Parts: sequence; C-alpha cells; structure tokens
Amino acid sequence: MSADDRHTLGKLAGQRVSIAYGEHRIVEDLDLVVPERRFTALIGPNGSGKSTILRTFAGLMSPASGTILLDGRSIDTLSTKDLAKRVGVLLQGPVAPEGLTVRDLVRQGRYPHRSLFARWSDEDQAACDEALMLTGTTTLADTPLDSLSGGQRQRAWIAMTLAQRGEVLLLDEPTTYLDLAHQIELMNLITVLVRDHGKTVVAVLHDINQAARYAEHIVILNNGRITAAGRPEDVISAEAIASVFGVRSVIIRDPVADTPLCIPL
Amino acid sequence: MSDGSRFFALLLVCCLLVTVSMWAVTLGTVHIPLRSVWQAIVGFDGSREHLLVMTIRLPRVLAALLAGSALAVSGAIMQAVTNNPLASPGLLGINAGASFAVVSVMTLFGAGTGDVYMWFAFAGAGGAALLVYTLGSFGLAGQSTIGLVLAGAIVATFLTALTSSVLIFDQSTLDAVRLWTAGSVSGRTMAQAAAVAPYILVGLAAALLLGRHLVTLSLGADAARSLGQNPMVWRAISVAIIILLAGSAVSLAGPIGFVGLVVPHIARLTIGVDYRWVLPFSAIGGALLVVAADTAGRMIFASQSFPVGVTIALVGAPFFLWLARNRAGGAT
Repeated sequence: MSADDRHTLGKLAGQRVSIAYGEHRIVEDLDLVVPERRFTALIGPNGSGKSTILRTFAGLMSPASGTILLDGRSIDTLSTKDLAKRVGVLLQGPVAPEGLTVRDLVRQGRYPHRSLFARWSDEDQAACDEALMLTGTTTLADTPLDSLSGGQRQRAWIAMTLAQRGEVLLLDEPTTYLDLAHQIELMNLITVLVRDHGKTVVAVLHDINQAARYAEHIVILNNGRITAAGRPEDVISAEAIASVFGVRSVIIRDPVADTPLCIPL
Repeated sequence: MSDGSRFFALLLVCCLLVTVSMWAVTLGTVHIPLRSVWQAIVGFDGSREHLLVMTIRLPRVLAALLAGSALAVSGAIMQAVTNNPLASPGLLGINAGASFAVVSVMTLFGAGTGDVYMWFAFAGAGGAALLVYTLGSFGLAGQSTIGLVLAGAIVATFLTALTSSVLIFDQSTLDAVRLWTAGSVSGRTMAQAAAVAPYILVGLAAALLLGRHLVTLSLGADAARSLGQNPMVWRAISVAIIILLAGSAVSLAGPIGFVGLVVPHIARLTIGVDYRWVLPFSAIGGALLVVAADTAGRMIFASQSFPVGVTIALVGAPFFLWLARNRAGGAT
C-alpha cells in the first residue's frame, strides 16, 4: 500500500458500510475515515447511529455489508484477540462485578496479550503501571470500583483499555453523567493520549461545543449518514446545526480556545 | 487484600477443614479415636471398628467433601457467568433435573440401590442443564444471560411440578425418595464416592484454570469481546464445568441447596472478587461447610441418617434473607 492510500484511508475506515438490526437498516453505505493520531468526535442527534457505528468499528457488531479497515486491512481477517491488541473499546455504562478493584480491572486489559495459561509477565505489569499512571489512578489501584466517583470510575475503565496498548481507542459517550470538572479532566486525558502517546481516539460526544473544542476531526451524523466531516471550524456551521439538530443557532469563536462555539437561539 | 494474606486465609480454612474432617470421622454411635482411624486406613484388619471407619464413616466424610467443594465451585462459576450474585447451580435446573430422573426411575422400576440412582441423577442433571443452556443461549435474549436465568427458572419449575405430580400418586416412591431429595451423604459407600471422585477432581482442576477467564467474562459480553475473549466459547466451557461438578455432586449427595449460593459469597467477602482466589477458597470452604453441617446435624439431632441438606438449609435460609436484604438490586 502506498503512503498516499494510507493517508486517504486513515487509521480506521469504513467502506460502504451498512448496518442493520434485523430488517431495520440503521446505516446505509457509510464511508467514514478516521485520521491517524488524531482525536475524532462523532456527533449527531439521538438515533443518528453514532453508537452503532462505534460498535461496528470496534468489531462488536458485524455490518450487513461493507468493510471496516484497520491500517487498510479488513478487521474480519483479524482474530478477536489480535483486534483487541490494537483497538481498545469503552462502551456506555460498563458494569463490573461488585468489589472488583481498579487494579483487577486494569489487569483485564492484558487479556488479549496472554496465551491460555501464560503467567503474568513483566511487560503485563509495566503496561498496567503505565495505564494507572496515565489516568492518575495509581493511588486508587486497590479501591473497589463501586466506591469510586463517576469520574474516577471512568478513568479506571480507560486505564483498562490503555493496558491493552492498542493504537486506537473507541469511546462511547465517555463524558455523559460526569460533572464539568471530570469532563474537562477526561478531555485533557484524551488530548495527552493523542498528542504525547500517538493514539488514535474516536469518541461519541453529545456536547457539540466540547467536540469543537477538543476534537481535531468531527464527523456529523444524521440518520446513519455523514452530513459533514472535517476540522471543527469547517464543519460546525449554523446551517449544519439547523439541518441536523433542528436548532437555530449562531456560531461564534470560543474566546479561550478560538474554536467554533455554538450558541442556540 | 494482598496475595500474602489471601494465601494465609486459604491456609487457615485448609487447616480448619482437616481438623473438622478428622473430628467427623471419630464421631458417631461409638467414638473411634483418631489413632484407630489411621490404623484402619493404613493397616485394615477387618475388626468391627475398622469396618465402621472404612465402610461408613470415611465414605460419608469423603462424599461430604466432594459434594461440598463441587457445589461451591460450580456456584461461584454460575455467579460469575451470569454476573448475578444470587445465582446458584440450581438455576441451571440441575437439582430439578436430577430429582425428576431419580423419582421417575423409582416409580417405573421400583426402588433400587444407590448406585443406580447415581447415574440417573447425573443424566437428569446434565439433561436439564443442557436444555436450559440451549433454550437460554439461542432464545430471544440472545447473548445476554437473562435468557439463561429465565430458561432455568422455567425448566426447573416445570420439572419440579412433574416430580411433585408423580410423588402425589406414588406413596411408596415418596417414602423412598424423601431422604434423597433432602440432600444427604448418609449411607454412601466407598465405591460411590470413588466413582464420582474423578469427575469432581477433573472439574475442580478445570475450574481453577478457568479463574482468570471468569473475571473477564464477568465484565459482560461486550467488554469481554472487546478484550479479545469469545464470550460464547467461555460461557459454554463454564457451563460444561458447572454440569460436571454440580451433576456429580447431586448424583452423590442429592440436591443439597445453599452451598453453591452461600460459599462463594463468603469467599468474596473474605478475599475479594478475584476468581483466581474465589475458586480455590470456595472449593475448600464448600467442603468445610458440608462436612461441618453433616457432623453437626448428626450430633444435634442424634440421628446418623439426618440429611445434611436440611441442616444447611436451616443455616442457609437466614443467611439468604440477610443477603437479599443487604444486596438486593446491587449488582444484578
């Protein structure tokens, strides 16, 4: 594959992807490209297919037709373990058994790297220590998840996906149910992961302004189709917001980050 | 809790188990000192005392140990697989299937020896569990474990109703089966314990190797898959081990309840939720509970045939209430 193809296909891409629940088609002929080492946000109204698309890209659902490419190669050719070594996923409202500690959870991130009866290796330990450190959960390692705050718990789950040491992270509404401080903390964590650790992050976000401020690439979805995709300043417009969300608004510049800021009328 | 203190807790329960088992062998209509028990094992001389040890006391204790550890471990696996703290192997219809098979055989062919029931009980347990698993896995609920729990409740209720209707019309079977359905290790022979032991030991060994995979599985099907685990495969392996263990236990000792529910809970409260520790702790703890309850029952009720299932239910029911009150809605 030439460098040019790599660029146009991105890190992760869907080609002519259709997704259906039974007879009900949710996504039709979707072409979506996730640029490498960037933070991509999927936004769109409820029922626009954001979460379904994320699940499909994560290999948790098979598309009715079309292909998901990771580095230009169909994820169907990868085993679940090999895919898990390269792509970490955090869905909405994950549930852990009562009493499971942060350390126990993060250890699970090493699952794809261990053969059936392999012992815990130094590399496994290093990956967990690093994941705890990056997410600032080292001091919480021995605390049960159910006694953590929502923000801490979310960081612990992200630590688990980081322990997988994949290049790609897929997050489904990671900031929902978090208070403002924890939302900002999480967005800063994603920024660090992308900028300093070369991760490719895709997150479904509800808050347009949050997406515009932190993401480098935004995909606006409506009824399972892409309405617009590109840099925040190119895709966030009053017309796009009106057509997708049915809300009239003005777009101003965020005085702090100089990114588009949507003010509903 | 550190691995060191977990190991210490496990060691402590092991010591307790050895002590209680030795006490159980000495206790009965006549007291037999430990020295004689030892001599009976290493140098059997055919005396009345030695006969008592080898044909009555020791088989009974062995049956209690085997059934207890098998039930507790299969309960722990069941709770992990369904991510439901109130799950027990009975949820797979194992007890109902075994009871139905034993009662049917007794009614059709008359009361036979214990050896015959064993194999029918195992077949009934396995058959019911496979039916539940098939209905639950490929039914409406798809990959969720709710389907499994629902199918289990339906099959168990149906089989229990069938068993009851047979017993209503057949008084002689009711009398013969009464002790069996309470769950008892009284009157088990060495041959019976030895016949089931290999299955239980293989099941326990497989369960101990399963530990790490169970933690992953208990995160739910989506999370497990995203970590590279095939939840369908591991759930099937788990259910196979549950059938092997709980099926063997029920064929040896009848449907003893509560062990599979209570022991994994005590294990988790003591050493945390890591299944690499919960499983061995449950194995030892389950054996300890059944031997201790059987021996205590023999002592308190001054009857050698008092079924251990009743003693455990007397202790287990209040615990279950306490559990349901404190944990209801917690992690279900």
